[in-house]
Amino acid sequence: MSMAMFILIIGMAIVTYIPRMLPLTLLEGIELPVFFQSVLRNIPYAVLGALIFPGILLIRQGDLWFGVAGTAAAFAIAWTGANVMIVVMGSIVVLSFYLLVL
Amino acid sequence: MQMAVQASTRTEFIRGMQAGMSIAIGYLPVALTFGLLAKTTGLTFIETVLMSIMVFAGAAQYISLSLLASGIGIGIIIFNTFIVNIRHFLMSASLNEKMEKDSLAKKAVYAFGLTDETFAVIAAREGKSTTSFAYGVMLVAYGSWVINSGAGHLIGASIPMFLQAAMSIALYAMFVGLLMPSLKKSAKVVYLALVAAAVNCLFTFTGVLETGWAIVASTLISAVLVEIMVAGRKKVGII
Repeated sequence: MSMAMFILIIGMAIVTYIPRMLPLTLLEGIELPVFFQSVLRNIPYAVLGALIFPGILLIRQGDLWFGVAGTAAAFAIAWTGANVMIVVMGSIVVLSFYLLVL
Repeated sequence: MQMAVQASTRTEFIRGMQAGMSIAIGYLPVALTFGLLAKTTGLTFIETVLMSIMVFAGAAQYISLSLLASGIGIGIIIFNTFIVNIRHFLMSASLNEKMEKDSLAKKAVYAFGLTDETFAVIAAREGKSTTSFAYGVMLVAYGSWVINSGAGHLIGASIPMFLQAAMSIALYAMFVGLLMPSLKKSAKVVYLALVAAAVNCLFTFTGVLETGWAIVASTLISAVLVEIMVAGRKKVGII
């Protein structure tokens, strides 16, 4: 392995780890103001919204309908109360169908 | 008593591994493609696997390949990796509210496994989450990422094209599956997800912010705005 590549990987590892580690360790045992606590508890749901849209619509370049079909499948299956694994597998099956049959 | 504690730790770890399985499936096509791209960019097998072992960050690893291919210096690639991963500051702070108290050493260990996907699975759980559950989720996700990166380099993306394309929905479908139970239960969750999604679409389609920043900004805007709105309503006595 070249020295440059080794340095690159170590450097990337460090700058990836720091943002993941600092808040979890520095904030341990610290009671934040109530408003901040509430905002932090809101983040998982907000981040899920941002992670899903618009990414889910753009999974196939140049074929928006593929994304729309996948979105519809995922939301429909999840709506029935199926567990996450079923939502994942079901959406894959629906899109395989889309590609092979339609 | 000691036995009971051990048993529940083990159960939590196994539950975590089960919850991590959908991430493992979602990472499969992404990691295979990463391995293949790394090979075509000129990385050796060892370099490819080492990067996945040490860094464990999908988006950042992909971007590093395209920057390497265009001959950009390693300082800039490292800086870019940092920028792309700034969103994890936010997730790490949020996860801290969610997790049971534990030693700093254990927290420093599972902090390594924090990705968008492991965060989503652990944080979408009801109530507090345990260290053992986090370990379980992350171990399965990490294993899939590292092994499939290597496999992608060795044998290419050796699943049929149609299936690989269809599997690109996997991580998004997982996010939808994680969000849905809370969406059904709480209007506040609906607002949080909708506002963040709308703002992120706005940023993405206008190209004002790059992906990493767009997710940070839209998440923060939504989490703060909705909190102010709900707190305001409570004061006036609407809720």
